[in-house]
Amino acid sequence: MPESTLDVRHLRTHFFTRDGVAKAVEDISFSLGSGEVLGLVGESGSGKTVTGFSILGLVDAPGKVVGGEILFKGRDLLKLSEEEMRKVRGNQLAMVFQDPMMTLNPVLRIDTQMIEAIQAHQNLGKVAARELARDALGKVGIASPDERLRAYPHQFSGGMRQRVAIAIALLNKPDLIIADEPTTALDVTIQGQILHEVQRLCRETGTSLIWITHDLAVVAGLAERICVMYAGRIVEAGSVDEVLDRPLHPYSKGLIESVPSHNQRGMRLNQIPGMTPSLLSLPEGCAFRTRCPKADEACAGMPSVQKAEGGRHVFCHHPHREAA
Amino acid sequence: MSFLLETKNLSKRFVKHLDLAARMARKIGAEVQEEIVQAVDRVDLCINQGEVVGLVGESGCGKSTFGRMITGILPPSEGTIHYRGKDISNAASPEGRSAALKIQMIFQDPFASLNPRMRVRDIVGEAPKIHGLLDGRSQDDYVASMLEKVGLEASYASRYPHQFSGGQRQRLGVARALAVQPEFLVCDEAVAALDVSIQAQVLNLFMDLREQLNLTYLFISHDLSVVEHISNRVQIMYLGRVVESASTEELFKEPNHPYTQALLNEVPRLDLRKRNYTPVSGEIPSPLDPPSGCHFHPRCPHATSKCRNEMPVLKEIAPGRASACFLNESS
Repeated sequence: MPESTLDVRHLRTHFFTRDGVAKAVEDISFSLGSGEVLGLVGESGSGKTVTGFSILGLVDAPGKVVGGEILFKGRDLLKLSEEEMRKVRGNQLAMVFQDPMMTLNPVLRIDTQMIEAIQAHQNLGKVAARELARDALGKVGIASPDERLRAYPHQFSGGMRQRVAIAIALLNKPDLIIADEPTTALDVTIQGQILHEVQRLCRETGTSLIWITHDLAVVAGLAERICVMYAGRIVEAGSVDEVLDRPLHPYSKGLIESVPSHNQRGMRLNQIPGMTPSLLSLPEGCAFRTRCPKADEACAGMPSVQKAEGGRHVFCHHPHREAA
Repeated sequence: MSFLLETKNLSKRFVKHLDLAARMARKIGAEVQEEIVQAVDRVDLCINQGEVVGLVGESGCGKSTFGRMITGILPPSEGTIHYRGKDISNAASPEGRSAALKIQMIFQDPFASLNPRMRVRDIVGEAPKIHGLLDGRSQDDYVASMLEKVGLEASYASRYPHQFSGGQRQRLGVARALAVQPEFLVCDEAVAALDVSIQAQVLNLFMDLREQLNLTYLFISHDLSVVEHISNRVQIMYLGRVVESASTEELFKEPNHPYTQALLNEVPRLDLRKRNYTPVSGEIPSPLDPPSGCHFHPRCPHATSKCRNEMPVLKEIAPGRASACFLNESS
């Protein structure tokens, strides 16, 4: 087995608010090989974005990474100084956000921003950097990149902006890209285009990718492995086929069954009762037990990570057994 | 047979009028023109009592504008809307006013559509009080019964919107719409902002209410899987025009229009793993400057010179099915 690009071990990120400590990420572990695509799935507030931010060292007060290790190519990112982290971030490690305007500066031309990003990490002249930027734009499918380099972000459509953001992430040939819901705000045909480009680029360059989303269907078509998060923990991890076809955790099962295309047309959808609990007042033990159909007394105690065949993990007292 | 709601040639143009400087520039010979957006272009739609019609399209295709014209929020530029046989195109007319009460809308953003400074009691209870629908009951009892109908506790009546989660707020929006005893609901992306598990709950609520109250829906959405699940019939819009209209079953089994085919191809599905995405090329054109002829021709793989020059009309291709594409003529 090749050495993993990223190895997250027992990561814990807490937010210290006036109303108490919100455990946004609590003891999660996963690893990612070179060129692998991992889908990180969860609903709002499940901690998937905070996980991405923790890896990049972007968690601000009142949040803090309080424990664990993030081994990126063997180095623990949590032990790096801010100066060293800056050399990694945007260079070997890049992030694409949901809103491309979070990446782009509205008052600077695209070329200014891209050249700045290149020169921050590579010792290149302006002309060479510009050439690199132009190639990157061409790679993500932007027509006439030479002219588009001189444009401002507001002259692009939403889909085009997201392409530019992806091009910027690609500039320094990162080993890992963390993409946080990059297609959620886009139209279906534009989303298809972006997914197409991302898939092609990952295959060509061998870049690893963490795709954070709430949309199971997008992950189904893109990722090899999937981690399902609920209330700050990974409740289930495994290959896409295994998790989506034979979910072990009652939450993943409920989530998959509530997708309309999984149900008979016109019939009631299978729904998970109740709503996502606040991170400040999680139930004792398993956080899902108040909504879980299989919950019993044992669930008041914290479950442990159980291993199942095929390298799968499930965080539950009563995982679904394979259909007998 | 008469329809519950029928629109004919319904159009909406938004015109950005010239300001003083531009008008003066034009006087001295500059070529400035008023900017016109044809948001909705001659849309015919018939909805039967008890039916759920899905209106699908990407951003800028005019689906929300269409919904707003039906509810009387926006006046149409051209065309007519008939509700139960009466012309309601003029929202200020007596027919228009009475229909406006029967046709209610549920909005996309459950955070923006509720007044943050009003209590639930007033959000839900204000309209029925003004319209004299409380029939002797006190407002509190009435609001409580509405809240129960949408699956919220009656004790929530004295709360403010910020004390609710997204899914609960969307239920409040439904309760507010139901409070005036409507017959027809226009749901404009009503579940788009919700999490998957909450989305399923709200969709179930829509289906339950439809049975209990004999409601009719126009379900506006960009999400084909949601529309496929809930609708009887689907209309696909692209840049202001309807390009295809069919029963849900037929449309998803055998899409006719190239745009519909492209849309269906793009939809990520749970059962398609590790697929190769083969996207339609090109951007959605600006409605300010739509392509000539068929609006879809710059992105269409089958486009011919005829598509560039002539506008295809929506023609019946099978009983209950219509599509606006020249390809159907040649075959």
